[in-house]
Amino acid sequence: MSQGGVWLVIVGGMLVTFLTRFSFIGILPAERLPPVFRSGLRYVAPAVLAAIIAPALLLPDGSLNLSLGNYQLLAGLAALAVAVRFRNLWLTIAVGLAVFWLLRTLGG
Amino acid sequence: MTGGRDQLPLLLGVIPFGLIFGALALQAGLPPVAAQAFSFLIFAGSAQFIAVGMLSSAPAGLIVATIFVVNLRHALYSASLSPHLTPLPPRWKVPLAWLLTDEAFAVAALRYRQPDTRLAHWYTLGTGLTLWAAWQASTALGIVLGARLPDSWGLEVALPLTFIALLILSISDQPGVAAAVSAAAAAVVLHGLPYRLGLVTAAVLGVVVGVGLQTWQSRRERKEAMP
Repeated sequence: MSQGGVWLVIVGGMLVTFLTRFSFIGILPAERLPPVFRSGLRYVAPAVLAAIIAPALLLPDGSLNLSLGNYQLLAGLAALAVAVRFRNLWLTIAVGLAVFWLLRTLGG
Repeated sequence: MTGGRDQLPLLLGVIPFGLIFGALALQAGLPPVAAQAFSFLIFAGSAQFIAVGMLSSAPAGLIVATIFVVNLRHALYSASLSPHLTPLPPRWKVPLAWLLTDEAFAVAALRYRQPDTRLAHWYTLGTGLTLWAAWQASTALGIVLGARLPDSWGLEVALPLTFIALLILSISDQPGVAAAVSAAAAAVVLHGLPYRLGLVTAAVLGVVVGVGLQTWQSRRERKEAMP
């Protein structure tokens, strides 16, 4: 692609990204939307986070991997258990990373 | 600022991606200034990766359209924070919207659950700026280091781990659990859809399930309350 084309992508990408993020904050406030829409807002965070996490752990290379060789999944399950039990950010990450490194060191 | 401090664990996941993006963008033939401009102006990790991957094969218009679709989930974040942010003046709304990434939203959404949200916009600004600075610095470092990065650190797993912790903290009731479980299942089933549409569809489905269960529960409680 030409230099001009690359800059077109960068500036265009900036505009659409900003407009998406600005949409409900600056253009159409959520208060003007029906109550059922507003009650859905509290489930946005859990739904989006779960939708990002699940494929990252279950499909690490693009296809389903439920084997014991999927260290990301095992580390994720350990982190999930710690998160549910202690509800602590740093502890969850520390245990998850420790499990991941340990598995990889032992398993090669 | 506490917002920046609470963002620190997420930087562990973000910095490796910035490094990799910087290195990849150079490999794709971008001049260093353009590679940095991607991070500086667009500031959306997964969209940047996909856009750079398309540069050699697709026209500019299609790439911009793809960036838009990949970032559609940010409209959900915008809607979610809107009740808190719309009363603010434009000088707040514009920068906060600009900085509204996955990571910034995840941390800010937790902050807005606390009873006192009077200073939460400062907190949100702190998380966003911290993340933005880390993204710029790591992209620049990736451009400088090129492909000489150790992939043995295993830091690619840090981001999902951080999201797991944030996920659990963001769930406060049964409909929240149902929303997360159904969104996770749908995201796995739909992950083959192009342009990350599976992610957006799964998130919307999770929200619908959450609202549905919440409505059903409150209806049942009303019935039980009647004599």
